[in-house]
Amino acid sequence: MERRDFFKFMGATGALLTGTSAQAASHQPDFDPNEGVGVLTDFTECIGCRECEWACKDAHNMETPPLETYKDKSVFAEYRRPDENGYTVVNRFPGKGCGEIDLDVKVQCMHCNDPACVSACIVGALVKQDFGPVTYDAWKCIGCRYCMVACPFEIPAYEYEVALDPLVQKCDLCITRLEAGQVPACVEICPRNAMTFGKRGDLIKLAHEKIAEKPNKYIDHVYGEHELGGTAWMFISCEPFEEIKFPKLEEASVVRLPEGIQHGIFKYFIPPAMFYGFLGLIMNLMKPKSEELPESETEVHHD
Amino acid sequence: MTEHAMAVPLKQKYFTPGVWVLTALFGTALVIALVRFLLGLGAVTNLNTQYPWGIWIAIDVASGVALAAGGFTSAFLIHIIHKEEYHALSRPALLTAMLGYTFVVLGLLVDLGRYYNVWHPILPSMWQGNSALFEVGMCVMTYLTVLYIEFIPIVAEQYRDRVNLPIFKFLNKPLGRLLAFLDTKMGKIMFIFIILGVVLSFMHQSSLGALMVLVKTKMHPLWWSPILALEFLLSAIAVGFPMIIVESLAASRSFKLKPEMSVLAPFARYVPITLGLYLATRFANLTIRETWGYAFDGSLESWFFLAEIFFGGILPFILFLQEKVRRSPLLLFIAALLVVLGVVFNRINVYLVAYKPVYLAERYVPTLWEILLTVGLVSGLILIYRFLVIHLPVIHAGRKTS
Repeated sequence: MERRDFFKFMGATGALLTGTSAQAASHQPDFDPNEGVGVLTDFTECIGCRECEWACKDAHNMETPPLETYKDKSVFAEYRRPDENGYTVVNRFPGKGCGEIDLDVKVQCMHCNDPACVSACIVGALVKQDFGPVTYDAWKCIGCRYCMVACPFEIPAYEYEVALDPLVQKCDLCITRLEAGQVPACVEICPRNAMTFGKRGDLIKLAHEKIAEKPNKYIDHVYGEHELGGTAWMFISCEPFEEIKFPKLEEASVVRLPEGIQHGIFKYFIPPAMFYGFLGLIMNLMKPKSEELPESETEVHHD
Repeated sequence: MTEHAMAVPLKQKYFTPGVWVLTALFGTALVIALVRFLLGLGAVTNLNTQYPWGIWIAIDVASGVALAAGGFTSAFLIHIIHKEEYHALSRPALLTAMLGYTFVVLGLLVDLGRYYNVWHPILPSMWQGNSALFEVGMCVMTYLTVLYIEFIPIVAEQYRDRVNLPIFKFLNKPLGRLLAFLDTKMGKIMFIFIILGVVLSFMHQSSLGALMVLVKTKMHPLWWSPILALEFLLSAIAVGFPMIIVESLAASRSFKLKPEMSVLAPFARYVPITLGLYLATRFANLTIRETWGYAFDGSLESWFFLAEIFFGGILPFILFLQEKVRRSPLLLFIAALLVVLGVVFNRINVYLVAYKPVYLAERYVPTLWEILLTVGLVSGLILIYRFLVIHLPVIHAGRKTS
């Protein structure tokens, strides 16, 4: 992590001041996302007990009613999204699951390999950690909400009702638990083991094995393997993902083009400097002859 | 015989019925801002997870920056390619840009959730070179400073021999000497800042468009494009002169001066060039990207697009080509206002109308409070403008009361 920060710092410094290397600041992953961690969720295993919702709040010290109350199935009446009061939610799609039963679908931050929120963040408050999670450093955040505009999955939420110190809120893949050698709280509590935590590369293999084993049960699509350059959290399902409200996305990362433009325009800070010189040249060449008297020069640029 | 000597303080009465209305509107905005700072953004806005940005970003910030483009476009015309015949327009444009950017920052501070951290982007440890917003932030901060520096000579010229402080009388002399020094010497180095202002404007005007390139998956194809940055730059350049025209004619009317038609009419000839370049780029882009079909599919977006392009682009383009329009204060005002509103409409379209949340519950519509804050900020800008042109040599006089 620290090494990455260092390179980014050097890159930004270089790009803006000394002109040593604009490339270092551009989004070239200096790690293999498949070596980082991720989670594979098998929706066919999910029973909609919503214990993961409770475990998530518990792990993040958020206010929550007791675990028993999560047995209430009335919340499935409407489609819910993660918000500032809960980083993950389970939705039920009646009759969408493998045959006649319901399909329960847990959503949370995808922890993209090329996160748009990280690319957007004006102060680097959002960071893609080498080992997988996309984390948020509230101390840096200015509350501009560009990350929310940028996120293709509409995940970051914001404390609009908080006057002082409002935060951007989203799943952090339980980074404090990971650092303590534990798995994410939702993964741990799941009574059906619907989620598998592991190395992203291994999870992709596992997902394809599961699909190959039961081709009639699963559709042949690991959501998150390729979407927008891939995500750390991936899913397999028996229902096409568009049917369970997952956005249909192309494989190309959304951050490359804007970052390419940005670094093209400001490469080594040469283009702006050249433009400055060019304008200075025009200003000098086009100066009217009469203005060349030493004193009247002051007046030309007076305002 | 230098031209700038003709700019004089207008020395008129400040308060008129219209000024009282603007004062009331500005006061309302201050109250709304107070409520927002005490109770949070949720208390006064309709912003939510689906729509993190509303009119405070689309109008106060994005349109505000575009409409301040009169500053760098006129600086280019008058100081860099030395079209000295338009000198009379220079100071009003500079003042508008300075106040425009000041209010962009004020509007941004109201919108930022953690406004007390607004200075963070200047810390090297938080630089984020991948973010177009970072580029916008740095440029706006620098450019605002440049604009204030460019404004110093106007203050110095007016007060160098008139420093008269109420209590600190001993400061009168040194301050007067400082102002006299600035008045005579600053002109020699001002070209540094004039060029810098143009470069910085090119950079952040375009980056405000580049900002939305990242939002590809959530934007309507009529507005999203890989060359949004270029389109934002060209539209800013196109709106610069019309904004100066609108403001000049409005000021003439308000202060009962003769409209500066002898300057404005030839000046207006540039508009079809800049506006035409912008429109041609938009059209070529839509053609190459094969997105024209969306313009006629009858959706809300298609109507907004057609209205923006016709009323804010094609119609004023045709109007500006007419000699008759360029010579009539009223028609010229209407044509220029169309361009101004067209660019505001474009920024609203790009930031709000084209923006499609993934899990759309209901479309964002601003609250009355959001609208009143925006209106109040514009009112505040006009109030300060009026105050400054009454007391400082900004507008060219030598024009008789009509």
